[in-house]
Amino acid sequence: MLEIVEHDIVIVGGGGAGLRAAIAAVEADPAASVAMISKVYPMRSHTVSAEGGAAAVAREDDNFEMHGYDTVKGSDFLGDQDVIQYFVEQAPRELTRLEHWGCPWSRNEDGSVATRAFGGMSTKRTWYAADKVGFHMLHALFQHSLRFDRIVRYDEQFVTKLVVVDGAVRGVVALDVREGNMRLFLGRAVILTTGGAGKIFPFTTNGNIKTGDGMALAYREGVALKDMEFVQYHPTGLPGTGILITEGTRGEGAYLKNGRGERFLIEYDHGVGHKAELGPRDMISRAIIREMEAGRGVESEWGLVVHLDLTHIGEERIMSKLPMVRELCQIYVHVDPVHEPIPVRPVVHYMMGGVDVDIDGATSLPGLYAAGETACASLNGANRLGSNSLTECLVFGARAGQHAIAFAKGSSGANQSACQDIAEQESARIESLRARKGGSERIAGLRAEMHHSMETGCGVYREQDSMDDTVRKTTELRERYAALKLEDDSRVFNTELIAALELGNMLLVAEAVAVSASHRHESRGAHARRDQPTRDDQNFLYHTLCHWDSGGPRLDRKDVTLGKWEPEERKY
Amino acid sequence: MSGSKKTFVITRFDPDRDEAPRQQSYEIEVDPRWKVLDALNHIKDEVDPSLSHRWSCRMAVCGSCGMMVDGKPSLTCKDSLADHGDTVEVAPLANFPVVRDLVVELEGFLDKLKQVKPWIIRAKERAVEEGTHRQSPAEHQEFKQFSMCINCMLCYSACPVVANEPDFLGPAAIALGHRYNLDSRDEGDHERQEVFRGEGSVFSCSYANECSEVCPKNVDPAAAVNQAKFRAVIDWATSFVVPRGGEG
Ligand SMILES: Cc1cc2nc3c(=O)[nH]c(=O)nc-3n(C[C@H](O)[C@H](O)[C@H](O)COP(=O)(O)OP(=O)(O)OC[C@H]3O[C@@H](n4cnc5c(N)ncnc54)[C@H](O)[C@@H]3O)c2cc1C
Ligand code: FES
Repeated sequence: MLEIVEHDIVIVGGGGAGLRAAIAAVEADPAASVAMISKVYPMRSHTVSAEGGAAAVAREDDNFEMHGYDTVKGSDFLGDQDVIQYFVEQAPRELTRLEHWGCPWSRNEDGSVATRAFGGMSTKRTWYAADKVGFHMLHALFQHSLRFDRIVRYDEQFVTKLVVVDGAVRGVVALDVREGNMRLFLGRAVILTTGGAGKIFPFTTNGNIKTGDGMALAYREGVALKDMEFVQYHPTGLPGTGILITEGTRGEGAYLKNGRGERFLIEYDHGVGHKAELGPRDMISRAIIREMEAGRGVESEWGLVVHLDLTHIGEERIMSKLPMVRELCQIYVHVDPVHEPIPVRPVVHYMMGGVDVDIDGATSLPGLYAAGETACASLNGANRLGSNSLTECLVFGARAGQHAIAFAKGSSGANQSACQDIAEQESARIESLRARKGGSERIAGLRAEMHHSMETGCGVYREQDSMDDTVRKTTELRERYAALKLEDDSRVFNTELIAALELGNMLLVAEAVAVSASHRHESRGAHARRDQPTRDDQNFLYHTLCHWDSGGPRLDRKDVTLGKWEPEERKY
Repeated sequence: MSGSKKTFVITRFDPDRDEAPRQQSYEIEVDPRWKVLDALNHIKDEVDPSLSHRWSCRMAVCGSCGMMVDGKPSLTCKDSLADHGDTVEVAPLANFPVVRDLVVELEGFLDKLKQVKPWIIRAKERAVEEGTHRQSPAEHQEFKQFSMCINCMLCYSACPVVANEPDFLGPAAIALGHRYNLDSRDEGDHERQEVFRGEGSVFSCSYANECSEVCPKNVDPAAAVNQAKFRAVIDWATSFVVPRGGEG
């Protein structure tokens, strides 16, 4: 039996962006009722893992102009400058709000909030709570949200489909993981805040839940995915697991060293100039790969790495500013960074691309909004600056919440029986997947092939042939998915079924990444091609749009919103 | 690195099929660098897709992967296989109803969390335009430790009081309420003291200290409970002397 619940708006996701959107909606409208659906308990969302900090102008020597320019330059001029302007202006307000809500920001002696240096930022503007920033932000938001009875949580429920009737979104259908039944959520606006999709790659800082679900949900309904070719590799992941070692280490003065013990960003020209360890991520990740290729990597039990050296920082500073880094290194690579360098290598970290939204978080589908990592508001362009995205979750989560509730109040209810028909069909689809016997494909098998293909074709450096191979492979895998075999037909907490649904989403997103990448014949930001090593503003200063059209991806383009900063050579 | 074999004896339970929990053994090749969670994921991917367990971050911060390993509460993404023998027993966290296999019911805990009002309470809310509060590093230090809880539930499964009295607010929730009481930005002390003085709260604690011993984040909930007890007594006593709202 299909259960039906109704709220003014439905938020899919309970991470930083989802929680902020929910709070904004109930604050904007004292009568608003909000459903917040999350496939894990909100405090398990991957925002929890963010370490380094959140950017916003705070100091006397800083201003919006500087934060704006740093972000535009970091984006390799693919960021939309109206969005960036709004972002930098709202950023301090949002981080201040979070301070009022209890976030334990680290402090200066005078009691003001402390800031640290971060890659690509021209001054110290990254607010931090030691090196557990995402954890503290997420828990502060979650705990604050508990004040509002009008935020009704539906935890451990997995959204499988958007309900679209008469050209507008009317709600979602979700699988209750604990009970195994399906539920129709009616709402006059829906906000997707489902996070990134790092799990389409084998080696990533992302947790198990980051499978691009929201991107796939929107894409299937005809909404474009934008700039999907831009995948951020973070320079410093722990080998083996991919666990992140924050850029905050370098903000606190850590060095990157090659196998000869040289600070290679200074010794060799890698384009980051005087910024050295505080250069932007795309450039430093490439520098590390080049060092390895030049035979200057470090051999380790996990293969080639380079060293991140904190030993000169001292135990006291490490314990007060980077305690989690120390703990993670001790647990996962058995290295104590107080005494030894940390082995690291570039690791897939963040999706600059996502669901195409405007500055209000609105998509092309009436009533559908998106915010956070799953969205692409074009704040980050071709390369995100570290510590901009936690702030992005707040600034654009709040704005999406406000706009969605206003939209909902102004729109009439849906034709309920049409919604119910869609939900019944979706239930039948999930039911048939649950019991699917006789197929020939295994989840783990398809996933491994996708991982291998994405790493080969869409890595730090790319080339036409290997990207084309990855396009073919991901399309093939998507088709083979139809022959998936499931072994667990039980109803309660069926995690094999969840993994199957996630794999279906990941394959769509992976194909969109590969197709988008293969059509950008230039190098820009995180999209670095060996066969086309320079940026080409003449022909490629545009956003890539990827549409799902008649059973496959179709590409289109969208103008970049420029402003006071004209594209120039990106040199540091 | 060369692998070796280990046997995992895992407690299984599907409420639609099993009358009672049963044990199932899996012998697998393991990488000696693995954590317990890696072995469970390997079993799920390669041996038995019906095994159900929760996990996400695999970096000891999301709090999803708590289980009993060899009879002790453990954060499985942090717990090295090398610290266990050739046979490893994995069971759902003690003191919780089981949903399925290694997955336990957390709804009760979420209700408890809300009871302690884990948010900043102020007589007058501060406007954004007023900027951030001043909070000295020393004031920050006051509550910092108690703000580190990842809600992994290991402390509840170790707590002898929770075992006998399932409604007991419990270590993590009390530590969180206490964290807000200690925060210089908060004025909600009295409201929370009422919760703390109530049935099944701080005075139920027998100070066994088991919670602090199993805490993977060194939050020391036992200290929080003890301090909260003390403050609840003082608050109760002064309430006869100083009228409510009489301090600022
Ligand atoms: C290790 C790491 C460190 C980082 N450090 C920093 C940093 O220091 N500074 C910075 O600015 N950024 C950092 N980032 C990036 C930043 O943390 C993320 O981009 C941001 O937290 C994403 O938040 P979100 O709310 O969009 O998504 P998430 O926090 O991932 O939340 C997604 C939510 O959606 C829900 N969901 C997903 N799919 C479904 C579905 N199908 N049905 C129902 N619910 C669903 C999930 O349950 C979850 O609640 C870091 C990222 C990582 C991985
Ligand atoms: S998987 Fe997140 S704490 Fe273990």
